[in-house]
Order: sequence, then structure tokens, then C-alpha cells
Amino acid sequence: MIELQTPISEDQIRALKVGDEVAITGTLFTGRDAVHKYLHEGGKLPPGVSFQGGILYHCGPVIIKDEAGNWKCVAAGPTTSIREEPYQWQVIRDFGLRGVIGKGGMGDKTLQACKEYGCVYLHAIGGAAQVLAECVKRVPNVHFMEQFGAPEAIWEFEVVRFPAVVTMDAHGNSLHKEVLAASQAELAKYV
Amino acid sequence: MNLLQDSLLELIRRTSAEIPEDVHRAILAALERERKGTIAESAMKIIDRNIALAKNKSQPICQDTGSIIFYIAGPVGLDQIAFEAAAKEAVKVATKKGYLRQNSVDSLTGKNDGTNVGPGSPTLHFHQHRSPEVAVRLILKGGGCENVGAQYSLPNEKLKANRDLDGCRKAILDAVLQAQGKGCGPGILGVCIGGDRATGYEHSKQQLLRRLDDTNPNPDLDRLEKDIVETANKLGIGPMGFGGQTTLLGAKIGVLNRLPASYFVSVSYMCWAYRRQGVSLAPDGGIAAWLY
Repeated sequence: MIELQTPISEDQIRALKVGDEVAITGTLFTGRDAVHKYLHEGGKLPPGVSFQGGILYHCGPVIIKDEAGNWKCVAAGPTTSIREEPYQWQVIRDFGLRGVIGKGGMGDKTLQACKEYGCVYLHAIGGAAQVLAECVKRVPNVHFMEQFGAPEAIWEFEVVRFPAVVTMDAHGNSLHKEVLAASQAELAKYV
Repeated sequence: MNLLQDSLLELIRRTSAEIPEDVHRAILAALERERKGTIAESAMKIIDRNIALAKNKSQPICQDTGSIIFYIAGPVGLDQIAFEAAAKEAVKVATKKGYLRQNSVDSLTGKNDGTNVGPGSPTLHFHQHRSPEVAVRLILKGGGCENVGAQYSLPNEKLKANRDLDGCRKAILDAVLQAQGKGCGPGILGVCIGGDRATGYEHSKQQLLRRLDDTNPNPDLDRLEKDIVETANKLGIGPMGFGGQTTLLGAKIGVLNRLPASYFVSVSYMCWAYRRQGVSLAPDGGIAAWLY
């Protein structure tokens, strides 16, 4: 298990390779369909939010307010990432992301951006909403709540040892491509 | 709140937070099969931990609490209108309590009123039988796995799939290949051979009401179910598509008559977070027994 602490340097990211298991500590920002479309169309991040050296999490969490009035993350697994494929490369380029967490993998444009700008795609375990919510220790802020609604807002998560696997690295390798090609070849033997 | 509504609320809570015992056993067997120290094994360990955590905290296994699909079997005279009203009320309360995410969106306006009640949500399928029993089954099916479902029209030249069981096999295995890990595998397939485009998918989902360890009464389909699981697990797609030993936990195949001109194979993919439960209701609407 490789420990990562945000903000993350380009060197650290380029040292990662497909198949590495990581545990992330620090800040994650959530962002899914609405956020990607907004940034792609030239939208600005809200004041005080910076993705430089940071990690964006494709996630629409279940968040409640506890008795003390603090946000509490109740369930927070990853959502399918491929929907952001048209936009992700640009968000990586323009906002200095070092990591994107989601599930299911992404395509060639994102893979190319990872290589060019020094970023990795991190696969979290789909459906593991409780294990991942346990890693979210505090939810200090939310942005665009009114504009995009709770599942689509940018939530700021303080996480400790959030587990993920590098499935697309900054060297042009994608586990998703490898497994697809291998399984395709294997299936040809049985049909 | 009446007793029926209470029972349905408890059914929703338990379905959302607890994996049925037959599925949990299949997941533990899959964890055993993965090679030690691989990312596939890590994924299965996290899945197993998640199952325990959700149950203990009585919170959703997955944040996508999915399409809400009820199957009700009851005697002649069961008041379906009153039942539907109770089910909708139970869904609203379950959403307020956080057993369900605010998950139902107006397709035209994009508005989410936060109740989970609207056109098509929840879905209720009523079925009459001669016994006095009222049995209510519930499936919560997430969007990630629903998106990788597929419907094939045979013959399919690209797959070299003809209108026979071997053609069906090729179509089903193609659906597994296309899904890769995107449906949160290891998955469970519900399949329907035949029907029309609507009934085919509907019947494929109904297969997911079957226990994983049951046996198909049709020997040909039983063989095909076993073959699909065995072959899929040789493909090396593995949990989450990370590569590994278990790609499918099960495959359940049903059949409907078709028109001479049509030959559909409809595949519904269910994620490992296979949320399915059921209750048998007592005459007063209380829960008499759990069905899984």
C-alpha cells in the first residue's frame, strides 16, 4: 500500500504504476456530471477552492446534517467515470489535478492527459459506500449546492487512508485496456 | 402509519442495508478463490467489509439505492390501489430516513423532488394466486449495473449467433465481455430468451428473484446457466474488472414465447451489491416471515 498525502507532487504521481494500491490522506473534492460540464464550458471554481496538486472524486454522496449542524457523510462510493470522458482531459489540464477517483475506468483522451500533465486515474471499489464513507472524517465545505443539488455539488472531504487502485497511470498504461484485450482473446477460445 | 406501511418500510430498510444470505455466501466463496495479495482479493475484502458495516450501521450498502421494484403475489381481492398507496408512502419515509437516496429525477426538467415517488417510481408488479398468502419481494437495482444491461436480436452476424441455444450463449457471453467491470462485478445475470423488447427485459429482471443456489427446472437452461458462469469466470475480468477469478456469481435464465419474426435475448446485469429481499405478510399486514 502506497501512502499519498494531498497536495501531491508531479514526481510522486509519475512514480505510480498500474496495479499500485494507494491510501489517500488529505482533501478530496467531489465532482460529477454537472461540475465537469460547467468547468468545460469555462466556469470558474468557487473562491477558496483549488484543485492544484489535488484529487477529484467522481461521487454523489449521501450527506446529512448532524445534531450539531455539521455535515456528515453517510455513504460515498464512486460513480461511473466514463460519462466525464469528454471533459476530464481539460479539467486535468486547466486545474492541475494529480488524481481522479472513480469507477469503471476512462478512455484514451483522459489517458493521454494523465501522461501529458502528470495525473493518474484511481479506481475505488464500486458499491463500497460504507467502507469509503468511514474514511471521510470531516466535511468542512460544500460548493454549488444551490446550483447543482446535493449529489452534484462540490463537497470537500477530509479523508484518512481512503483506499484506491491505480488503473490508469501517467505512462500511458491502462488496466482497463489490458483486461478488455485479454478477456476478448480468452472468450474467442470458448465461442 | 398503518402496519402494512411499517412492514414495507422495514422491507426497504433491510433490502438496502443487508445482502441476502445466499449472495453473501457466494461473495465469500469468491473471496476465497482470488489469489492472495492481488488487487482482486483486496477488492473482495473491501466488499466483504462493506457488507458487514452496512448491516451493523443499518445504512445503504451502496449510495445508489437504485430503481425500486416491488413484486407482489396475493390472493384474488387484494386491494392493489391501497397497496400501491402504502408502498409509495413507505418509499417516501424510507427516503427521509436515508435508507434510500433521493434518486428519482424528472427526465425532462432534471428536477429531483427528493421523494423518490413519481412516474415509474416505485415500480409495482402484481400477480394473483389462489393461496391466501401475500408475498412482497423487493429489488433495488443501481444505475451502474442497469447501464450495462443489453438486448440482442438474433441472428447476430457479428457474434455468429444463430437462433438457437448456442446463439443465446454467444449473446450472453458478449454481454459479460462488454460489461467488463463497469457494472460493479462480480455480477449476477438475469436473462430472458424470447418475449418482446419490453417483456424480455422485464422477465430477465424477474430471474433475479431466484436464489443463487437454486436449480433451473429446465435441464437445458440449467446446463446453460452453469456453462455461462463457468465460462465467464475463465475470462479473467474479475472483481471491478481488475482481472481475477470471479467475473460472475451467478446466471439465471428464463424463457418466454416469441413471435416467429423475433428472437430476443435480454440480459439484466446485477452488481455484487445484489439487494433483494421479500416478506410474507400476516393478515393484519405485519411481517410473518422473511423470504430470503
